Amino acid sequence: MNFVVLQFPASNCDQDAVHGVRILGHSARLLWHKESSLGDADAVIVPGGFSYGDYLRCGAIARFSPVMQAVKQFAENGGLVLGICNGFQVLTEAGLLPGALIRNRDLQFHCEHIYLKTATNDSPFTSQIPSGKLLRVPIAHGEGCYFADNETLDRLVAHRQVLWQYCDATGNLTDASNPNGALQNIAGICNERRNVAGLMPHPERACEPLLGSADGRLVFESMIHAWHSRLAKAA
Amino acid sequence: MKAKIIITPKKAVLDPQGKTVQTALEHMGYRGVKAVHVGKYLEIELEGTDKEAARQQLNEAAHKFLSNPVIEDYKLEIE
Repeated sequence: MNFVVLQFPASNCDQDAVHGVRILGHSARLLWHKESSLGDADAVIVPGGFSYGDYLRCGAIARFSPVMQAVKQFAENGGLVLGICNGFQVLTEAGLLPGALIRNRDLQFHCEHIYLKTATNDSPFTSQIPSGKLLRVPIAHGEGCYFADNETLDRLVAHRQVLWQYCDATGNLTDASNPNGALQNIAGICNERRNVAGLMPHPERACEPLLGSADGRLVFESMIHAWHSRLAKAA
Repeated sequence: MKAKIIITPKKAVLDPQGKTVQTALEHMGYRGVKAVHVGKYLEIELEGTDKEAARQQLNEAAHKFLSNPVIEDYKLEIE
């Protein structure tokens, strides 16, 4: 499977995403944001960072990059797109995911490991996460508080688009385990079609036991599984 | 011509910056501050004299790009 990892000015963890895919035996390459073609991509990762210095709003400028027009087209054709941290912000600004990410409620930049509860296995991003398994992954953001109006939030819940929620070590969705004030402890969501997802935590930084956790692999393994299933169906 | 755009967080959106500034004002002894909302101010210099055309164009830009309608309101003035 070929992953393409986008690179904007001030992207970060892009190399980690490439590494995370490669150690699973698949191919990944970086793609500069000025490129207008995704080439042979089977999936796209929009990485974290501070694209364009977070000018105006996080992700507001990145969505105009030539590569993002190709990503929109790719998503419209059903391609798998995963936005991590700033990538999640870019995807909401681009209109590929509903809602917005705003300043953490305590105004502080949070850089720590948190626990994630997977709300549904019914998505190409969560299918390989064992039921009841909590993901221990890092966060590193100042503007990760998920916000959407009530109508949007109801729709997200009704269509089971909430994929991950912040929880404590035993899986309870508490206020204390919510690092940024996100509505309903939301850490990650997908679109209605379930081919585009975004999350604030960094699964790519938790792909090897040496790094303290390999739980993040499960997200990429799910994407790879989805791709295999698609191929099998097409055959 | 000059356009002035004031962008503020929507009422329903948590505004921790505004709240923190309000608390600081109270600590400094300023009384009677009911609420503070921290936003952005953009000054845009324009060519031409057609205010209506400029208004139409900037309303579109403010809606599509300069503000995020999910979380922000904006006010546009042209002078």
